[in-house]
Amino acid sequence: MGHEAQETDATAAVDFKEVQSTPRFQELRKRHRSFVFPMAIAFLLWYFAYVLLADYAVDFMSTKVWGNINVGLIMGLLQFVTTFAITGWYVSYSNRKLDPIAAEIRHEIEGHEFDKHGNQITGVEK
Amino acid sequence: MTLMVPAVNVADLKDTTLLNMGIFALFVAITMVIVVKASKNNKTAADYYAAGRSFTGSQNGTAIAGDYLSAASFLGITGAIAINGYDGFMYSIGFLVAWLVALLLVAELLRNTGKFTMADVLSFRLKQRPVRIAAAISTLVVCFFYLLAQMAGAGTLISLLLGISDWGGQALVIVVVGALMIMYVLIGGMKGTTWVQIIKAVLLIAGAAVMTLWVLAIFGFNLSALLGGAVETSGNPNLLNPGLQYGKTETSKIDFMSLALALVLGTAALPHVLMRFYTVPTAKEARKSVVWSIWLIGVFYLFTLVLGFGAAALVGADTIKAAPGGVNSAAPLLAFHLGGPLLLGFISAVAFATILAVVAGLTITAAASFAHDIYASVIAKGKADAATEVKVARRTVVVIGLLAIVGGIFANGQNVAFLVALAFAVAASANLPTIVYSLFWRKFTTQGAIWSMYGGLGSAIILIALSPVVSGAKTSMIPGANFAIFPLSNPGIVSIPLAFLLGWLGSVLDKKLEDTTKQAEMEVRSLTGVGAEKATDH
Repeated sequence: MGHEAQETDATAAVDFKEVQSTPRFQELRKRHRSFVFPMAIAFLLWYFAYVLLADYAVDFMSTKVWGNINVGLIMGLLQFVTTFAITGWYVSYSNRKLDPIAAEIRHEIEGHEFDKHGNQITGVEK
Repeated sequence: MTLMVPAVNVADLKDTTLLNMGIFALFVAITMVIVVKASKNNKTAADYYAAGRSFTGSQNGTAIAGDYLSAASFLGITGAIAINGYDGFMYSIGFLVAWLVALLLVAELLRNTGKFTMADVLSFRLKQRPVRIAAAISTLVVCFFYLLAQMAGAGTLISLLLGISDWGGQALVIVVVGALMIMYVLIGGMKGTTWVQIIKAVLLIAGAAVMTLWVLAIFGFNLSALLGGAVETSGNPNLLNPGLQYGKTETSKIDFMSLALALVLGTAALPHVLMRFYTVPTAKEARKSVVWSIWLIGVFYLFTLVLGFGAAALVGADTIKAAPGGVNSAAPLLAFHLGGPLLLGFISAVAFATILAVVAGLTITAAASFAHDIYASVIAKGKADAATEVKVARRTVVVIGLLAIVGGIFANGQNVAFLVALAFAVAASANLPTIVYSLFWRKFTTQGAIWSMYGGLGSAIILIALSPVVSGAKTSMIPGANFAIFPLSNPGIVSIPLAFLLGWLGSVLDKKLEDTTKQAEMEVRSLTGVGAEKATDH
């Protein structure tokens, strides 16, 4: 089935459970989740707070702040600002905290450090 | 500041028909040359479905913007802001914020674990056959709704842009659009489709930028003055406040929340968006793609804010509503007001290109899903070689193209924005819970996936069928009948939580345990990129 076809030579002999249990992989997983989960929850809460305000606090959102620009427009534009800011933040976090450790683990796996016992494969890979 | 009196005479528009057609023909000719050139290297399945995974993050990000900024968002949102003011603006915010779900939770992990389709990821560690079939069915349904919306939009657009107002003439244009799209996808595969999307995105964003600067210049680069102008022309001070469209009743308020939920959770579950992440060589490039697309899409929606209020101020809501094409005509009418026939011709050609590019992206996604998930994995049981699979995909392209043409002719005149919102709601209900669970929840099982996907898909479609969109109101598809027992026109607020619940319940109640080795493999591969599909060399 298509399943088997997905397994490239490089990973066929890898003991993924062993990789999964290494402290370094656990650290990578923790760093990834401790950023993306809170961030996802935060921006969803902020977005729905905005939607609820637009739905049920029309007077507040219609308050003029400067000329014809009201609170609602500023809040809407702030949604753009936070979206751009979270994007930039995530990119810099990934570059600093996720990519190096992920690359390290990937190189070790590709260097056969996690091959299953009894699998003597040398020179098979490119 | 002098405020201009609405000066657009709709009858003048017909004189520009030839010019519009000329500019559009030029676009078709140029893109066709590029598609033919790009198709020279289409040898393997990875070439045909995933463009050899050879696009850079910035190219793919631009193509994603080209894929995502459909006619519904360009014409639809500009028109919605021109008519409904602030409420139209809220639409665009949902469409943009949604990209954070794709960036944070989906794009890179999907690129690392999948090959060609959404089903690759969903069936990675679960039972292949049932999960793959469910994922393929929901891919086909979502693509079909989205496709219908674009084709119906093509018909509506024609009435305004080419001055063809009779049913037969519009049907002919839908046939032409469909035939062109089939050619692009057959010849160019994913590579050709991607280039069409990139060119279209550049033209669309550049055109919108010129118009935005123009409008701002008229109002002395003063946003407050522009808003004041819009209020003055419309005579309605509430144009700048929320609630003009969705604040009418308690039901419409809840309806807006339902729509917001579908928009924000639907984007990262649209199969044709997900498939784009396979066209880059690594997860890091997938991340860059999303970053590019967030900037391009965000800036574009800021343009539509100016264009929408600009159309309200300079063209006027009454003129827009009276024009053929109705609300959708706000952007073209504004172009005509600003730059005369030439700018209108350019914007019209861009709108056509938009439909063509989006339809091509949807078609290749649906064809890949059918050939790769249903034909190769289920019908041929994995024994089909790649060449046969691509052959099946090409035939599927023709079938889907024909279906889209017929569907488009019959859906002509239906509300475009509604059909698109529907596709988002179905995607968010049927796909997103399973994507999130299979990437992040260790105890997720096959039964959970099946319950969630079919439950989400089924409930979304049933609720739509029982909503005022289909029957019981003047604007319904079947205005004569009334079986609308569900009051909301968007099902998201019910069907999305239901699908999440079913995914959890199905997994908890599943007596069979899933393969923990596969779970470990998926988790390691998704985060480290080991064993991910590489770019093909030429």
